[in-house]
Amino acid sequence: MIEDQLERCIASWYPGASGVTGAAKLSGGASQETWTFDIIHPGGNVGAILRRAPPGYGASPGRAAGLDAEATLMQLAHDAGLPSPRVMHVLKPEDELGTGFIMQRIEGETIARKILRDEQFAKARPILARQLGRVIAGIHGLPAGRSLRLREMTATKEIADLEREYRSFNWPRPVFELALRWLRERDPGPSKEVTLVHGDFRHGNLIIGPDGVRAVLDWELAHFGDPMEDLGWICVNSWRFGEIDKPVGGFGSREELFAGYEEAGRKVDPDRVMFWEVMGTLRWGIMCCGMMQRFRTGPDHSMERAMIGRRSSETEIDLLRLLVPRGK
Amino acid sequence: MQDEPTPTELIKAVADFLRNEIAPEIKGHNAFKLRVGINALDLVTRQLTLEQGGDAAEHARLRQVLGMDGALIELNRALSDKIAKGEVDLQTPGLSEHLWQTTMDKLAVDQPNYASYKRELGNK
Repeated sequence: MIEDQLERCIASWYPGASGVTGAAKLSGGASQETWTFDIIHPGGNVGAILRRAPPGYGASPGRAAGLDAEATLMQLAHDAGLPSPRVMHVLKPEDELGTGFIMQRIEGETIARKILRDEQFAKARPILARQLGRVIAGIHGLPAGRSLRLREMTATKEIADLEREYRSFNWPRPVFELALRWLRERDPGPSKEVTLVHGDFRHGNLIIGPDGVRAVLDWELAHFGDPMEDLGWICVNSWRFGEIDKPVGGFGSREELFAGYEEAGRKVDPDRVMFWEVMGTLRWGIMCCGMMQRFRTGPDHSMERAMIGRRSSETEIDLLRLLVPRGK
Repeated sequence: MQDEPTPTELIKAVADFLRNEIAPEIKGHNAFKLRVGINALDLVTRQLTLEQGGDAAEHARLRQVLGMDGALIELNRALSDKIAKGEVDLQTPGLSEHLWQTTMDKLAVDQPNYASYKRELGNK
């Protein structure tokens, strides 16, 4: 049924396309879905991805940039020569597919454990941190206008948001309290420079090939803010998948990441990056608790959601390793 | 008094059956979900085995650090509150040892294979 809708949609803007095949849902909650499919074309099939909120789910949740903004940002990144899929079509009401967009499908891997362990990525791993530093610098330099109406975040606002969410769980976590206190005491204040921030630049949202990074995905949490946030977030231990001595995604060093970032003509503030790494570690811990809450109260009563609640303690040990390291 | 086998023995028997007999037969997304389910059962087994001892020690440390008595959850609320207000901090005798030991005991149940935990245990 979705193939019929996609065929009607694609016929309206893709000359020569004769149909759609192989549609399969890749992921989806109640309000947002990702589909893969092939556009049948005499010149060869074209891989495509549909990212949409199905009809009836218009508004995006609190922090989300919204699918229209995501499409715009991806196209901006693509036009600037950054690794990003080309946006082929932004859904219109007459498509009857809901809101969202269709983009080019880029082949590669997003699963961290494969990227960190499989032989086919052996040549990519040593170059990735530097490459990603350059890509993040490129994102921070994108000409994203205020017309995009993204959130504007500061460290102070982020601490307050995290604290509010944590308190709403009504479950005491002394380590989180310690981290909140640490962050409040060291809040560096508003960044001198405010740029576009990707907001979720980490494994899972990066397509990696044997040659390195091929695409940056998922701009859902994009906002304007302190550019150092993206550099701190990708260093959070939760994204190292066991390779804890390689702070950048389990494959590289901070020095390589920073060198790539500065090669692209931007400056790193390592103290600020470390501040955002602590913030990010706490943020992931609170997100784990939030997923557990939704398991309890919401429609998604899955084991996976429930078990993620038991991963928040991982961020507690990581926070202690950052804030109260034990003598060796 | 309930009879044997114990909950721990029952859950372990089910988890072992799923792991050894069923998991090799399942493919795709359900294989992933099955692994999550087996992990959940293993976690419950660890909690049933370790929780009592861990909670008792945590309770004793909290009484010591806070100089007050109460249920475990209430003492954790009190500690959280005092850290938030700055009345207790890392200079408070016993606090950092308490947070470390409590966290290590949580990880022993939640994720004993987590690399940071293994590093801190000193067995890696």
